[in-house]
Amino acid sequence: MAAKRKPRYSIFSLARNSMSHHQGWEKAWRSPDPKPEYDVVIVGAGGHGLATAYYLAKNHGITNIAVVEKGWLGGGNTGRNTTIIRSNYLQDSSAALFELSRSLFETLSQELNYNIMFSPRGVLMLAQTEHEKRAWQRTHHATRLNNIYTEWADTKRVKEICPIINTDPGARFPVLGGLWQPRGGTARHDAVAWGYARAADDLGVDVIQNCEVLGIDREGGKVTGVQTTRGAIKCGKLGIVVAGNTTRLTDMAGFRMPLESVPLQALVSEPIKPCLDIVVMANTVHGYMSQSDKGELVIGGGTDGYNAYTQRGSFQHVEETVTALVETFPIISRLRMLRQWGGIVDITGDRSPIISKTPVDGVFVNCGWGTGGFKATCGSGHCFAATIAKGEPDAVAAPFSLDRFSEGRMIDESVAAAVAH
Amino acid sequence: MTQPNRLDDGGVLIDRSHKIKFFFDGKPYNGHPGDTLASALLANGVKLVNRSYKYHRPRGIVSSGPEEPNALVNLGSDATHEPNIRMTQIELHDGLDATSQNRFPNLDADIGVLNAAASRLYPAGFYYKTFIHPRHAWKYLFEPVIRRIAGLGKAPTHPDNSQYEHTYAFCDVLIAGGGVAGLVAAKAASEAGARVILAEQTERLGGRLLVDDDAEIDGKPARVWLEETIAALEAMDNVTIRLRTCCSAAYDHNYCLLYERSGDRGEAAQVRHRLWRVRTARVIAATGMIERPIAFHYNDVPGVMLASAVRDYVKLWGVSPGEKTVVYTTNDDGYRTALALHEAGRTVRAILDSRKDPSGPLVEKARAAGLEIRPNTGIGKAKAKRNKLEQIETVNFDKPEAPGKTMYCDCVAMSNGWSPVIHLYSHSGGKALWDEDAVMYRPDPANPPRGKDAEAMVFVAGSANGELTTDAVVAQAAEIASEALSQLGMKTSAVAPSVTAVTETTTVPVWCTPSPGKAGLGGKHFLDYQNDVTVADVALAAREGYESVEHAKRYTTLGMATDQGKLSNINGHAILGKTLGKTMAEVGTTTFRPPFTPISFGSIAGRETGNLFKPVRQTAMHDWHAAHGADWEPVGDWRRPYRYQRGDEDRDTSIHRECLRVRNSVGILDASTLGKIIVKGPDAPKFLDMMYTNMMSSLKPGKCRYGLMNNENGFLMDDGVVVRLDEETFLCHTTSGGADRIHAWFEEWLQTEWFDFKVYVANVTEQYSQIAVAGPKGLELLGSLDSDIDFAAVPFMGMAEGTVEGCPVRAFRISFTGELSYEFAVPVSFGLALWEKLHAKAEALGGGVYGTEAQHILRAEKGFVVIGDETDGTVTAHDVGMSWAVSKKKEDFIGKRAMERSDLTRPDRKQLVGLLTEDPNEVLPDGAHGVENGKAIGHVTSTYFSPTLKRSIAMALINGGRARFGEVIQISTAKKKTIRAVICDPVFYDKKGERQDV
Ligand SMILES: Cc1cc2nc3c(=O)[nH]c(=O)nc-3n(C[C@H](O)[C@H](O)[C@H](O)COP(=O)(O)OP(=O)(O)OC[C@H]3O[C@@H](n4cnc5c(N)ncnc54)[C@H](O)[C@@H]3O)c2cc1C
Repeated sequence: MAAKRKPRYSIFSLARNSMSHHQGWEKAWRSPDPKPEYDVVIVGAGGHGLATAYYLAKNHGITNIAVVEKGWLGGGNTGRNTTIIRSNYLQDSSAALFELSRSLFETLSQELNYNIMFSPRGVLMLAQTEHEKRAWQRTHHATRLNNIYTEWADTKRVKEICPIINTDPGARFPVLGGLWQPRGGTARHDAVAWGYARAADDLGVDVIQNCEVLGIDREGGKVTGVQTTRGAIKCGKLGIVVAGNTTRLTDMAGFRMPLESVPLQALVSEPIKPCLDIVVMANTVHGYMSQSDKGELVIGGGTDGYNAYTQRGSFQHVEETVTALVETFPIISRLRMLRQWGGIVDITGDRSPIISKTPVDGVFVNCGWGTGGFKATCGSGHCFAATIAKGEPDAVAAPFSLDRFSEGRMIDESVAAAVAH
Repeated sequence: MTQPNRLDDGGVLIDRSHKIKFFFDGKPYNGHPGDTLASALLANGVKLVNRSYKYHRPRGIVSSGPEEPNALVNLGSDATHEPNIRMTQIELHDGLDATSQNRFPNLDADIGVLNAAASRLYPAGFYYKTFIHPRHAWKYLFEPVIRRIAGLGKAPTHPDNSQYEHTYAFCDVLIAGGGVAGLVAAKAASEAGARVILAEQTERLGGRLLVDDDAEIDGKPARVWLEETIAALEAMDNVTIRLRTCCSAAYDHNYCLLYERSGDRGEAAQVRHRLWRVRTARVIAATGMIERPIAFHYNDVPGVMLASAVRDYVKLWGVSPGEKTVVYTTNDDGYRTALALHEAGRTVRAILDSRKDPSGPLVEKARAAGLEIRPNTGIGKAKAKRNKLEQIETVNFDKPEAPGKTMYCDCVAMSNGWSPVIHLYSHSGGKALWDEDAVMYRPDPANPPRGKDAEAMVFVAGSANGELTTDAVVAQAAEIASEALSQLGMKTSAVAPSVTAVTETTTVPVWCTPSPGKAGLGGKHFLDYQNDVTVADVALAAREGYESVEHAKRYTTLGMATDQGKLSNINGHAILGKTLGKTMAEVGTTTFRPPFTPISFGSIAGRETGNLFKPVRQTAMHDWHAAHGADWEPVGDWRRPYRYQRGDEDRDTSIHRECLRVRNSVGILDASTLGKIIVKGPDAPKFLDMMYTNMMSSLKPGKCRYGLMNNENGFLMDDGVVVRLDEETFLCHTTSGGADRIHAWFEEWLQTEWFDFKVYVANVTEQYSQIAVAGPKGLELLGSLDSDIDFAAVPFMGMAEGTVEGCPVRAFRISFTGELSYEFAVPVSFGLALWEKLHAKAEALGGGVYGTEAQHILRAEKGFVVIGDETDGTVTAHDVGMSWAVSKKKEDFIGKRAMERSDLTRPDRKQLVGLLTEDPNEVLPDGAHGVENGKAIGHVTSTYFSPTLKRSIAMALINGGRARFGEVIQISTAKKKTIRAVICDPVFYDKKGERQDV
């Protein structure tokens, strides 16, 4: 346990520190050397890994934890995503998980004493074919029964919510309406990682960066520790939370996973004054867009058609996405792409995540979030912590176990969203 | 309108014989052809051009190129409005009307500047530490305010009417950059016979050689060599030179983007921007270097500029940004600027050199010219008056606390050494190495980006590789070019030019100039001008644990402005290293991401906007439908007639007429959009047995079979009628939206799994028009046709070939309406003719056309499923009651094993049923769910008012539904509102199928 809790952040601490030209701030987290042994080692200091450690310490009283990270914390998909948060999912098990997460986002800044800038500005998913309209209406009914508030917005309402959308009935794919979740939105991705890291560190968790796991030690079908670039670390339980690298880690543990790793890209424009107050997703034409607080249009689209670990983009998807968005938002044509990048996402056969025990005793996996796991960071950490602590999945996590693939118990959301973010 | 800062002579780029009138913030000014907006404003003595992002501090022009962080303006209005353009890249043209941005009400009196007074409260990352309470204030109060303050230029409000286009090119060597290195490389490559594209982002070739012409090349003055070389290249057939064209990105597999701003100069250009996609065997990045600024207290006041930029303005545009300039340098090159100013007759107040003992030819030359040189000295702080530089105070590096000397000046030219532009090398994975001696990142030759042949794909030439002097640049460029060429098996006959250049010693950089007195701690030593990131911010990030270079960047926003850190990154990383006690190599660098400079979204979309965005695929009858009242529905890339409207009747009226016409007389439907895939070869039967759940190998030639397709998970993904044309040839029909997907799916299996199968697949969807004729009077209609086919003799699920009214047809006797029905396939050129014939005959019998919605209702009356309506990727053939279509005999087919998994054989799975509302006039909403004890038990998949049955009907997937016929369930349609409906057989009409199989 850390001896001394960190001083809290507030406007007052900011004012006080400004007197000393901000020389007095403490570190947000320590840079500890690995101890020889921990009760739990979490591999991967992305949002999900850090949240898992935080909830293990906070909700389950397990504080002898290391989160080991091969690079810098938050540097995987957590720091690369387009930060859309929504819970208007069709299937009951998805709705439960994503709404748990979305609701935790509502109070996360206060919980972590770190402004993660959750901005429930609303998420609008456009319907541009009759078929898509029926699919969103079905989702709308499903969310109502799951107590998740959504509205069906007709074309006129779409224009009110978002004036820059092209609602010309003569458009190539005219806007027939949309599914509107007013409490969906965005958050600052880095801040989510940093906030969890700082809070976990405060509870005694060792967040160890530049520490890559190279091997997983087992004895008699049970995990005993990991080999890392900073030496061997023993552990009672191991949580693997490494997104696109999952199959590399599970190879080390000697079992295979139903996952594919593919690049997913995003891009931003140069910053401009506010013109888009919500998140818009247009699945028929394949693109989505929001505007960051800094003023950049944040844009994303589909995944590349091949497997790779490169964490960089190709141009084809940028072209497809931007073309779709110029058509949907004609005013953006003269704006410019500032930067594009990619992340490696781990995709399952039903595009739903895996939170599960594994064939190796003591090894747990949290993966398969694919293109849409940022929004689940809190919920995922919450129920993965419970799963690790109890050795069995909790009620929310249970449907997402690995055996669903051998049983065929798929949780398929692709029906509701061709671009699943 | 005089131009006070225009020098009397010089300025190789401008044409003094012409004047151009332009506007900045509504005020008229004069410039010359060849000016940039930046050079013209400087010529006019305009110093203040913008306000910074966070503190709204007054800012001036810093650079002369694409690295400019400050001088961003708006151009145009309405449809031509464009924010955030760098003045240094705007070529002056008549009527140019630029306005400053990010200020209110105007540049001189911006009220946002209040911010700066309280700036102590806003260190890096302050927003993470505050605005936490009360919870809702972030959304409703803080965020909206922050958003309004942030952002740079205004968002456009109108659609853009300009034209953009894409073009494609192939070459052996793509050279990025038309400076001396690029030209030497181009010469070598062209003389080796390579196809060469040379892209230069500015409107001129020559790069820095136009400014720094103190070298001799091949015994000639640099300018003469330049002219000769350009002329020689222009004469080569295998060389394409594009100016105003930036090599923006180098992607995997030797795929590069060139962004050509051909129409950005005011005149009505046909094409505003052209985006080139180039596949090249090799890239030679001869992209030069960018000078680094120096951090000192208030180094951001308008008038503080890069030394190289000051020299550019003097030599290229005949402009001296200041009357009195102080040069602050850490290397020899800064002296060139002092000399240029001196030669132009302007005052060089002093040269402050951080080095203790500067020496070398350039230093000596300055000395000889009588310029004051102060070694071991820097600028401790700058001071502005009325938003421009008024004076600086020097600082002695050994005695920083001692009071410095005040020097009045209106310009500072600073030079902190150079950073090679290695972006293209890095875009697709090339690594950079920190060179401690040269104080710069250089490309790591051991870790280049590799192309499709696994060889190095990008080579870096000249100063982009870290070479400082012209002789080294030329020698290295020639060498790297021949290395690249030899990889391609080519050899150049070009001899590397011999160069005599002035020698220079390397830079001794200053990452932060110490400031005397108070400025020490509270100083504003700017690193990233646009984002207002200071030395203190980076140091704070390091102290707070944001130690990784990426953390520091993201926490402070260093390098995240629109210049993407071109000026700020290295200085910032050095500060991070200093604070953490790490070397530059240990600190590492952030990743360069494409594009090099921003590219317009318009250019990315190219022509694919409006009608050309995913162009509508049209059947042969498309115009006919339009002329007959078609109300369109987008289906895949097609549009299909949803219904045919008469006058202004409502949707239901048309649809019901069309339904009843099929039930009572005869209707015709354009079914051309159905996917049609030919599968041919000796292994075609075996292949289709794998692709479909049914047995296809047993199908007899001339017969049709309705088939279902699974994905690997055992769920339905498509359906359609398969026709065996002959032993080895099958015609597979798919859904309208599915043709391309299924074609790709077939190919994927053939190419990756069963590459040994002798099968060819061809998508012939657009080669045939297809017309359905359905209804009890169908045979009568067909009987009246001039045809050699005996239609009555064609059995249900049979096929006949022949001619109908002179058109070669295939006729399939298949039905998706439940009525007696034939589908005709004709080559697309006959489609309209046959359609018109059939339409006339149908009308004569009291029938006519029907659209997709009528088709949907008719099939729902019969309980036929539509893939995508009744199925959603979680539904099996058993779930929809089509176990009969799943072969039990076949050893294997896609999804067979998956279908045997425990969850797919559960008896209480959702199953397809019919629903009849208790109130026959109440139509259930699409997608509504059945509920029991507050839990969903399934959902409505299709729902209509059936004109045939004169009541509402619906299909639904309900948990264990097939065992529940006759039960009443509640369908929840809104909060607290439910509708009662009886579960029934999904076949509502003609359960025995007597009508289709007469
Ligand atoms: C371009 C893009 C856009 C996206 N947009 C959205 C969106 O709008 N909304 C949304 O909800 N989701 C989105 N996502 C998905 C989302 O980013 C991810 O699902 C989520 O961030 C995953 O978090 P994580 O913590 O599981 O993984 P990560 O953040 O990737 O963390 C995994 C960590 O494991 C580390 N690691 C890997 N191997 C090892 C090893 N051997 N040893 C130690 N450490 C290791 C990695 O370095 C990494 O830091 C997007 C993703 C991308 C790439």
